[in-house]
Amino acid sequence: MKIAVCIKQVVTREWQLRVNDQNTWIRDQDASFELNEPDAYALEEALRLKERHGGEVIVCSAGPARVAQVIREALARGADRAVHVESDGLATADADAVAAALAVALRDERVDLVLTGLQSDDQGFGQVGVVLAERLGFPHATIIMEVDASGDGLRVKRELEGGWFQWIRLPRPALLTIQSGINQLRYATLKGIMAAKKKEIRKVAAPPAPPATQRIVTLAFPEKGKQTQMIPGSAAQAAQTLVTRLREEARVLPS
Amino acid sequence: MILVVAEQRDGTLNRATWETIAAAQGAGDQVTVVVLGAGVEAVARELAAADVAAVRVVDAPALGMYTADGYVQGLTAVIDGLAPARVFLPHTYQTRDFAPALAARLERPLVTDCVAIERDGDRTVYVRPVFQGKLQAEVVAEGPAPHFVTCQIGAFRADAVRRGAAPAGIEPMAVSIDAAAIRQHPEAPFKEARQAVDLSQAERIVAVGRGIKGPEHLELAKQLAAAMGAELAASRPICDAGWLPMDRQIGSSGQTVAPKLYVALGISGAIQHLVGMKGSRTIVAINKDGEAPIFEVADYGIVGDLFEVVPAMIAELKK
Ligand SMILES: Cc1cc2nc3c(=O)[nH]c(=O)nc-3n(C[C@H](O)[C@H](O)[C@H](O)COP(=O)(O)OP(=O)(O)OC[C@H]3O[C@@H](n4cnc5c(N)ncnc54)[C@H](O)[C@@H]3O)c2cc1C
Ligand SMILES: Nc1ncnc2c1ncn2[C@@H]1O[C@H](COP(=O)(O)O)[C@@H](O)[C@H]1O
Repeated sequence: MKIAVCIKQVVTREWQLRVNDQNTWIRDQDASFELNEPDAYALEEALRLKERHGGEVIVCSAGPARVAQVIREALARGADRAVHVESDGLATADADAVAAALAVALRDERVDLVLTGLQSDDQGFGQVGVVLAERLGFPHATIIMEVDASGDGLRVKRELEGGWFQWIRLPRPALLTIQSGINQLRYATLKGIMAAKKKEIRKVAAPPAPPATQRIVTLAFPEKGKQTQMIPGSAAQAAQTLVTRLREEARVLPS
Repeated sequence: MILVVAEQRDGTLNRATWETIAAAQGAGDQVTVVVLGAGVEAVARELAAADVAAVRVVDAPALGMYTADGYVQGLTAVIDGLAPARVFLPHTYQTRDFAPALAARLERPLVTDCVAIERDGDRTVYVRPVFQGKLQAEVVAEGPAPHFVTCQIGAFRADAVRRGAAPAGIEPMAVSIDAAAIRQHPEAPFKEARQAVDLSQAERIVAVGRGIKGPEHLELAKQLAAAMGAELAASRPICDAGWLPMDRQIGSSGQTVAPKLYVALGISGAIQHLVGMKGSRTIVAINKDGEAPIFEVADYGIVGDLFEVVPAMIAELKK
């Protein structure tokens, strides 16, 4: 089975966000980056499917030169090769433009399955996977927690809200958006890191961007809605004040 | 006209639909609601109580159980027939599943997860969280109508829906669904084996997030919980990593709780977590990042290292 996994590079969770001078995006020149979390689970699922059924895992990322970092990491974890649609504009593009770029990358690959994460940690559109399916003409299913590819098609477990699930059958080729927690992640070994150096990264020019569908006009820190009592002081002082207030003011501790 | 797409399962209306109707009523345009399914007359009657121009019904056997392809087919025809300026949907898992395909097929913008809709001169600005809720973006949609908009769960108030003086008209729409073109074949929804713990009954909850760093530190949180007479719970990544069982997860894909006291340790406060706990009476947040969105819902907040604050709390509680 030939499987493509779409991976996005996002700023690390630890990085202190700063907004740029135009208030339209973050100032990420000095940021550190990592693999979008659900995409790591999508990659792991692809590697497991390959172990079970044979085939090939191709990772695919759209973005500026710096996304080579997450591509290398994915190759070190076991992906066979990579496709990089390189363009600076794709770092902040809307879901349609990203899906269009990924569709170009995958057009000639004739894959049986495309996996994406369900949502990106930065833009959080929750769209790129499904739009890509539409562009490729593939059926799709979203928020997937289990994949059974033993038959001709696929049987996948979709997460619904509040602890409900549902199995869905769909034919191949198909696209699935993967939910975090579907499997337990593996990390790159030294051997994997060495092997990755020899693996192919095919660069593809970005297609002309489709007309923009949406644009950020302002980016800001949210205003606090609720009156939060922020408790100052050293850890010991703050802990003491907090416990006193929970006892005497909120009255929520057992007496 | 704003078209609101209602969500129902087996004839039960999803409450988030009312929130979306409230958002549409507040957006200053005439509102029409459409509901798709098989045998949805009762749901249509329920919706007709709202102050809306009409409730349109697409009733087809092929729409009995939700599928992405079925909904995209059905709604493409509905939108073609009604030519709305905007289409509003609740930001549920079901909407996430079909709305991007629908908007892409029609080549129209889709702005997801909106928490507010504002007028700015003659343009509409949609406010949506980015960077896991740490920042908020004001977004404008570009290009021809209709523009698709999904409303974050809990962002608009269901009880603010204006009711009509008389029920709105219920009008069936003749839409033929080509069942053979539906590629997803769903089975009946189910719940995993019964949950061992029912956190919804807990009076107090101590919940840990990724700030706890590793499973070896859970003992610290357990000690705090014991000192408070609380149950232990967690954000999703903790359960994903297998540090705590899934039935201790709070949030949209886990349990919804409203205890007297909810203590969030090292939890950032992503919306999918907040929907599961923001109804708690007293919320305490301990987080080393003063900008973490969890503080927006907290009654008491400490900006600090949980590995210093929690031991001090345990000592204080034991006094
Ligand atoms: C469809 C969908 C469904 C989801 N369902 C759920 C759900 O049901 N429940 C859920 O929880 N999530 C859910 N999520 C995931 C959610 O979006 C967040 O990713 C998740 O809640 C983040 O967990 P966290 O706060 O523990 O981790 P992070 O966001 O990584 O936050 C960790 C926090 O710990 C703080 N911290 C770090 N070290 C310390 C320290 N020493 N002392 C104090 N603070 C510290 C950091 O400042 C940070 O704020 C869902 C996501 C999607 C897309
Ligand atoms: N620039 C990108 N390159 C590769 N994959 C991407 C990119 N942007 C988004 N994706 C994929 O699409 C998923 C959903 O992203 P989004 O629609 O931005 O929430 C992500 O989890 C990735 O798998």
